[in-house]
Amino acid sequence: MPKVSSKLVTTTSAEAAATPETRGKQLRASLPRIGDFLRQQGALITLIIVITFSFIRYDNFDAITINSVLSFNAQFGLIALGMTFVIMTGGIDLSVGGIAALSSVVAALNSSHGFFYALACAVLVGVGVGVVNGFVVAQMRVPAFVATLATQYVVRGVALRLINDAASINLDQKSDFTTVGATTFGNGWLNPPIPFPIILLLVAFLLGIFVLRYTRFGRYVLAIGGNGEASQLMGLPVKRTTFLVYVLSGTLAGLAGVLLAINLNGGSATEGKGWELIAIAAVVVGGTLLSGGVGSVFGTLVGSLLLSMIVEMLQLENNYTVDHGGGLYLNSFWQDVIRGIFLLIVVLLQSRLQWRRARE
Amino acid sequence: MMRLEQRFSGLKARGFWPRDPRAIGQTYGALIALIVLILFNFVFTRQFNSVISVMDLLVHVTPTLILGVGMTLVIATGGIDISVGSIMGLTGILTYLIFSGKLFGIHNIVLGTIVAIPIALAVATLIGAFNGLLVTRFKVQPIVATLITLITVRGIAEVTVNGFQFAFLSAPLVSWLSGNIFGFLPRQVVLIVVIVAFFAWLMRVTAFSRYLLSVGGNSAAARLAGVPVSRVLIIVYGLSGLLAGLAGLAYIAFDSAANPVTDGVGKELDAIAAVAVGGTPLTGGRATILGTAIGAIFIQLIRQTVVSLNIPDDIASVIIGLLIILAVFVQRQRKTA
Repeated sequence: MPKVSSKLVTTTSAEAAATPETRGKQLRASLPRIGDFLRQQGALITLIIVITFSFIRYDNFDAITINSVLSFNAQFGLIALGMTFVIMTGGIDLSVGGIAALSSVVAALNSSHGFFYALACAVLVGVGVGVVNGFVVAQMRVPAFVATLATQYVVRGVALRLINDAASINLDQKSDFTTVGATTFGNGWLNPPIPFPIILLLVAFLLGIFVLRYTRFGRYVLAIGGNGEASQLMGLPVKRTTFLVYVLSGTLAGLAGVLLAINLNGGSATEGKGWELIAIAAVVVGGTLLSGGVGSVFGTLVGSLLLSMIVEMLQLENNYTVDHGGGLYLNSFWQDVIRGIFLLIVVLLQSRLQWRRARE
Repeated sequence: MMRLEQRFSGLKARGFWPRDPRAIGQTYGALIALIVLILFNFVFTRQFNSVISVMDLLVHVTPTLILGVGMTLVIATGGIDISVGSIMGLTGILTYLIFSGKLFGIHNIVLGTIVAIPIALAVATLIGAFNGLLVTRFKVQPIVATLITLITVRGIAEVTVNGFQFAFLSAPLVSWLSGNIFGFLPRQVVLIVVIVAFFAWLMRVTAFSRYLLSVGGNSAAARLAGVPVSRVLIIVYGLSGLLAGLAGLAYIAFDSAANPVTDGVGKELDAIAAVAVGGTPLTGGRATILGTAIGAIFIQLIRQTVVSLNIPDDIASVIIGLLIILAVFVQRQRKTA
């Protein structure tokens, strides 16, 4: 009620020329929007602050460093993108790390046939596992947590079998896999040029934002996560959408596996352990609720970048200590502690903001 | 005859006897599968028919089973606790640091062990209670709250010793926990029997179990009915932490080494699998401790059966994955039918 009445006052007074009093009211009315923006894009603001801080403090933090951070973390970004869609339907996909490992092995095994052949095989494997996940969750109605946990056991077993229980396998060095994988874009007019993984990451996220915002599928995903039963009753294709979400996650995990193969210069059946947790953390930092129904693809991108920047900053700070003498030196085991505490702060802030919003 | 019937109805009322004969399959599905698997082993696996191999099986399953009991309680409240593997790792390394005299300077190893165990278990319980606090006071979703703990606690365990691992073959903890009673009964087996019996009793008889299940069934309704929801949740997550600590002790005693980087990694998933196979629905509101025990033993027995049939370990994990899906699928079918 108060909102409606205040609107009436502003419209009538606007017609009768703005007095200082009403101008104050208008200003106050526009203020909460800034507050909302700060709340919604808290992660983005933090990311900008972190990057600016790094530019000022570290001598060797430049575009090349950003490039290498991004192209190393693109694999996590892709997985987090798939995870965002799965989580928005209220599900979860614990098999992504296993899928990435399997597809890196498949890519390495097929690398002698050329990059694009290997890429196609690896992505197809990801699609295949995603189809299995989707079928088991949507059709057999096994809880997503258990289903994807089980497929993780399965794909890791298959990956190990493919390379006869060796932990890893090298790429065929004569193939064009590494050269194509190291392709850069914008040679000549961009300095430094952008590596292939970053382009892949950006294209995937742009498509992800488009799909969530402007397609029916995106609407269905959010509707199902918000209230599955109501969506079913409204006649939305709940089963098909749930199925497709897991296929999407599997596909992106397959692509991440290709990036893993590029990074490792080979395939590994044991890599990718805990990747699902990295992805979930990125999704959480990005502001997507794990109960489903609310989410932002752009937020996940920001969350993923922020988490990788935090880890990178630990390394930069150590280099700084070595170069300038004195100060803090924390070995790589501190990564988990810092990542965990950062996540804790983010989650506590989010819960505080939600609580405040609920009270309003 | 009359008295016998009365006795049965009494048992039925207290939940010791299934009310509906059809429910036997539902309740004891995992048990039946386990018995079938054991019979299969007696026929096809030559080394199986000895007490030693059964004890060996139970010793191997100890950490997963103990975690599974705690996980059952948490899942029954509608939550999940994925931090247990990390708590295992931290408890292990903390216990080692205290009994070896590196932390408090106690150089008598027996005294050190006596001090180390309660402190390590208390830390584990506090971490669990912290999970509970995040879930209740700050309304963080259980999977997010325990994910934070998973990452941070693993980091703390690694940082305290810079990722080094330590072996201690002759420590008292190893001889206490890995020794035998009467020459054939490993103490680890006694430990899991006591834990399972205690929590099965807890879930059958006490008012606490009613509270716990009502929180899992409908948290809002439970609150309105006067159930102290927050306190119940904090206790449940605390218990899960405590049990994770015990699992950590059992693990380092079995391994006679403490490794902060690898100890307990991924164990939370094994525990969840055991709970799911055991018949506790992941949506909360119901719990079966015995089912979880059977589920954990079932999964371990499959692993050992597959290995003893000379099938490679990687195929074993494929088979286990498929069986988990199958087990949960079959249980869901029965419920909806």
